[in-house]
This record gives sequence, structure tokens and C-alpha cells, in this order.
Amino acid sequence: MSARAREPAGAGGSEAVDADNAAWEERSVLRVVPPVEPRKLAKVPFVELADGRLQGVVSSGSDIERVYVSSISAGDHALSCSTNNNRPCGALHGYACKHINLLADEAVVQYGLDRVARYLRVEVPEGERLMAHINGHVERTPAAVVFSRFLRHLAYLEVPDSTGPLTELHWFPATGAVR
Amino acid sequence: MLDVQLSELIADGPAGVGAALDVVAGFDAALTHGFARIGEEPAAALAALAGALGGTPLAGRVSEAVEKVSAGSVADEHLAALAGGRAALFGAVHDALLARLDTALGRTRATWEPVAGESETRANLLAGCRIWLRELAIVGWRGVDHDLVASADQTIEALLAVPELRGLAVLLDGLATELRASSPIATMDRLPARRWADLWTRATLLSQQGPWPGGGERVSGRLLILGADVHEHATVVRVQVHAVLEPSGGAPTMLVRTSVAAAKVDTIVGPTVWRLLGGHPALLAALAEHRSLEITDMPLLPGGDLVWHDDRARPGEEADPFATARLQLGAATAAAVTPLDRHPVRIAEPVFVEGYKSDGRTLTLGGGKIAFDLDRLPSCGPLTPALLKASTACVGLLRWDGGQWSLQPLAVQSVVKKEPVAAHNGDWAKGPTDPKAAKAEARNGDVVAVLRERAGRLLRK
Repeated sequence: MSARAREPAGAGGSEAVDADNAAWEERSVLRVVPPVEPRKLAKVPFVELADGRLQGVVSSGSDIERVYVSSISAGDHALSCSTNNNRPCGALHGYACKHINLLADEAVVQYGLDRVARYLRVEVPEGERLMAHINGHVERTPAAVVFSRFLRHLAYLEVPDSTGPLTELHWFPATGAVR
Repeated sequence: MLDVQLSELIADGPAGVGAALDVVAGFDAALTHGFARIGEEPAAALAALAGALGGTPLAGRVSEAVEKVSAGSVADEHLAALAGGRAALFGAVHDALLARLDTALGRTRATWEPVAGESETRANLLAGCRIWLRELAIVGWRGVDHDLVASADQTIEALLAVPELRGLAVLLDGLATELRASSPIATMDRLPARRWADLWTRATLLSQQGPWPGGGERVSGRLLILGADVHEHATVVRVQVHAVLEPSGGAPTMLVRTSVAAAKVDTIVGPTVWRLLGGHPALLAALAEHRSLEITDMPLLPGGDLVWHDDRARPGEEADPFATARLQLGAATAAAVTPLDRHPVRIAEPVFVEGYKSDGRTLTLGGGKIAFDLDRLPSCGPLTPALLKASTACVGLLRWDGGQWSLQPLAVQSVVKKEPVAAHNGDWAKGPTDPKAAKAEARNGDVVAVLRERAGRLLRK
């Protein structure tokens, strides 16, 4: 089921596919969100495909207080990189800076190349790097929204444990051992 | 579970389940479409819901709600009545399935004793949830866009800060994540209509002002673990332990569950999730080392949930879950089900099976067959389809979804290279015991520590 849930429904619309879809649609427990792969978080603590962009946060290599907010827009592949205080990244002009490259690499580890490429609407032939096919212009977008989403993300680590029955979680089984 | 018991469990029926679920499917299609403009088909589906509940105490409320919603007036109280009606249908299905299970297994179950209610006072927060749920119902799943999903963020954040509303918080957060990951929903080939309507229904009910049943008593005694069931979405992980409780004083043994849940983020996956649960060392030690637990004065809720307090427990002697399942499971009394929780998805009844044939996907016992629930093998534990295929005995949970029973393995005894091995979901509670898994985890560094460092440095600026 989890594998099938990620496949698009059959385009042919045969009866078997219709019956399969009907059975799928009448299940309470399904994997709707594709799984993400574990990765190192030291350099790029936060990556997401949201709001029409691949966006995330890259920790500065030189200053532990500083982070960069980097993004690539879906479709036109516009590039943006600035510090969380909205200072433009000095290395971003004309072509992607190392922060954007790191962001793209880690996104591919986390989501897989297919999913990232599909989201950004870019064709990447097998065996080639995503960034080799991203030729967008620089278009600064404000860092605040992404940075605050990152802070919200971090805030989860400070939510206290719960020992209540939380019956709701029976809809959310841990999965993933089927390889 | 014996072969005759399995055959009785999986026999046709229970009567009426198909008809009830047809009514549900009609409602789910109407919700998918959205209540902004009710067409002919959705109107008929809503009328069928009112009809199905005609002989129940909900009849008046549901038929009024159907009338108003069909006429284009979508008020909170009407949505609550519709959610209540849909939940009542599933309650009936749940009861029929559980009665079938108890009869087949010869399981004794306590009866529900009404308990005093506790009222929830966070009126504004619940109202915020209802506004979002009403918007979803009005636009329908295909009308949900990024902005509507994002508009729930603040409410969810506020809910997470309230311990009594944690269930509603993890539910809305899980639904919002699925909607966000599925966008643009308008162009999806197929929708998880049953699932999302389930989540919407439960959230709508939990967003009502109580009183909800409270209660509970203090218990002491010896806890013998049967196995661990793991639940997870992007921002939560929960380990629910099924166990037999031998109350001190010699009262009859009971089947109980106890849970620990931690908030997390999507990049914390696999065996690393156990690191988030380090605040419960006695429970983790008992899982990893296969020990019993001596508990003192721990609250036991009427639905059979022990509210875990790690400081009121200490690991005891070694206790093999297979021995507990073989010797104690049959005689233990199962708890009654909390009325609001009566939905088939909640059915997770521990059983012990042996002497079967397995192809790794399906278990054959005598004339009966039941599928292993392979989607419920967590990546934080050692169970794999290969171990299931080589297995000769299994402690598992009976589950029901999509019209079928399945067996979710919690632990198996298998023969690998002619040697007997046992694997339990909780074996890695104190870190992976499999060198390959330990190495894979180590490769990514301590991701929890990295994120905590970032949180410490950046959050309070």
C-alpha cells in the first residue's frame, strides 16, 4: 500500500485500476506524505518544499550565530540567499552561491532527486546533478518567512513529552521497514 | 490465537458493516466536494446519513443539520452534528467488529462504567480549530490551497502548548502536513477521502467544549510487556506498550496500554526517534532488556490506558514477552473502550500465534489466512519482512481497515541460518543492537543534538 500510494493512479482508467482506487480511497490508514531519508543536519538544518520554492536554512561556516536563508523557486528557478537579518549573501551574483548548492544537495538526500526535480519543474537526466540544470536569475526574496518557519520547526524540540492515550495516533502508524 | 479462532474472526460479516460504510462513503464524497454548494448527489448522501441515524438519539440533531447544510447554511453546530453522525456509524461498526473478535478469541472485556466528565476551558483555542475545520468543510478537499493550510499554523502551535489538547494538536498537525504535501490537491488523481474525513470528523468532535469523560484510578503491581506499537508523523513519535498488569493484592490480571510521545521534526527518523524518549529510562530499559516493571500508584484510565510516570516504575526481573503472551494473555481481562474512541482504526488487540506457515506477507493457520500488516513495521526497530517469512511464532495486534483484518507484528520468533532468533519492536529502545543499523545512524551524526544546539542559539533572540 505505501508504495502504491506514491504512484499516480493509472491513466488508462481500466476497471482494475478503478477498483484499486476505490479500495485505496476507503482506507483509514494510508501513507499520504512520502517518507524522507535521514541526513546530516550540521550544515543544512532545515529544508522544505513549500510555498512554490525549495527553501531552507544553511548554517554559516564561519560564524555560529549566523545562518543563511536560501531558496530556488519552482518554474522560473529564481535564486535567493541572504542572512536571517536580510543581508544579501555576497557570493550570490549571476550563479548560485555555495549555500544554495548545499541546500540543493541536502534536499536531494532528504526527498530524492525525482521529488525535488518534479517540484522545481526541471528535467535532470539520470546521473546528473540537480544544480547543473538550474540556471535561474537572482531575485532576492525576504528571509523572514522562511526563517520563522525554521524557528517554528525548532520549537517542536521544546514541546514537552505526553503520556496521554492520544488515540488519534492510531491513524499514524510508524512505517518504513519495508525496503 | 488458534486456527478455529482465526477462521471465526475472518468469516463473512458482521452483518450491516457494508451498509453502514456505504453511508459513510457517501458522506465522504460530499465532504470532498465541499458544503459550499450541495449538488444532487451530495444532498442524497447527507439525507442517507440522516436516514441511517433515524432511530437513534442523534436523529433530530442530524436531520436538522442535513437540512440546514443542504440549504447552504454551514454553522458549527451543524458540522458537529454531522461529525457526530458519521462517528456514530463507525462506532456501530467498531462495536460489531470488536464483539466478533472477543467472541472468536474468547476474550473477556470489562463493561464501560459512566464516569464524571471534565470540562475543557480553552474556549478560544477550540473555536479557532472549529473555524479552520469549517473552512475545510466548505471548500472541500479539492478547494484547499496553501494559504488555507498555513492558516492553521498558529492554532496548532497554541494547541501544542496545552497538555490536555495534545491529541487534537497532533491530529490537526498531521492533517495539515498531509494537505500541504498533497498540494495542489485540485489536480490529485485520487484523494484519501475516507482517511481525511476520519481525521476531520475526529478533530471536529474534539474541538467541541466538553465535558469529556475523565476519571481513572491508581494502580500498583507488576507490568509484563507484550510488545511496543510505534506511531509517527512528521512532528510526533509515540511508543504505545501493550502489557499484562498483575495488580498487587491478587486482583485478576488486566490487559493495559501505556504510552510515551515526543514532539519531533521530519528529519528525525529511524532508530534516532528513541533518543527523544530518553526521559522515560525505566520504560526504555524494560523494552530493550525484556524486563518486567514494578509500578506504584500509576493512574489507570477507564479505557485501559496507564498514564506513564517513569518515576513510579522500576525495571524488575527478566520477562520474555513470548512467555507472557503464551501464559498470561489468554486469561487477562481487556478494558472497555472509551465511547468517543469507538472507531475501527483503534482496534489493536494483542494476540499470540504460533504453528503457522508464512510467506512473509500472509500467515496461514489451519484453513484461515490473515495478512501481516507490512506497513506497520517501524524503521526504528528490527522487524523485517524477511524475519516474518522465517517466523514460527508472533506476538501481534489484530487490526481492521479497508474491510479486512490484518495482523501487525510486534515481535517474532524466527529461524535464521538454523538458529532461533527473536526480534521485538522495542529492542532498539536504548540504541540499535544491529551493527548495520547502528552504523547507519552514526553516519549522520547526532541530529537531535545539532537541532537542539540550533534551537538554543536561535530561538530566544
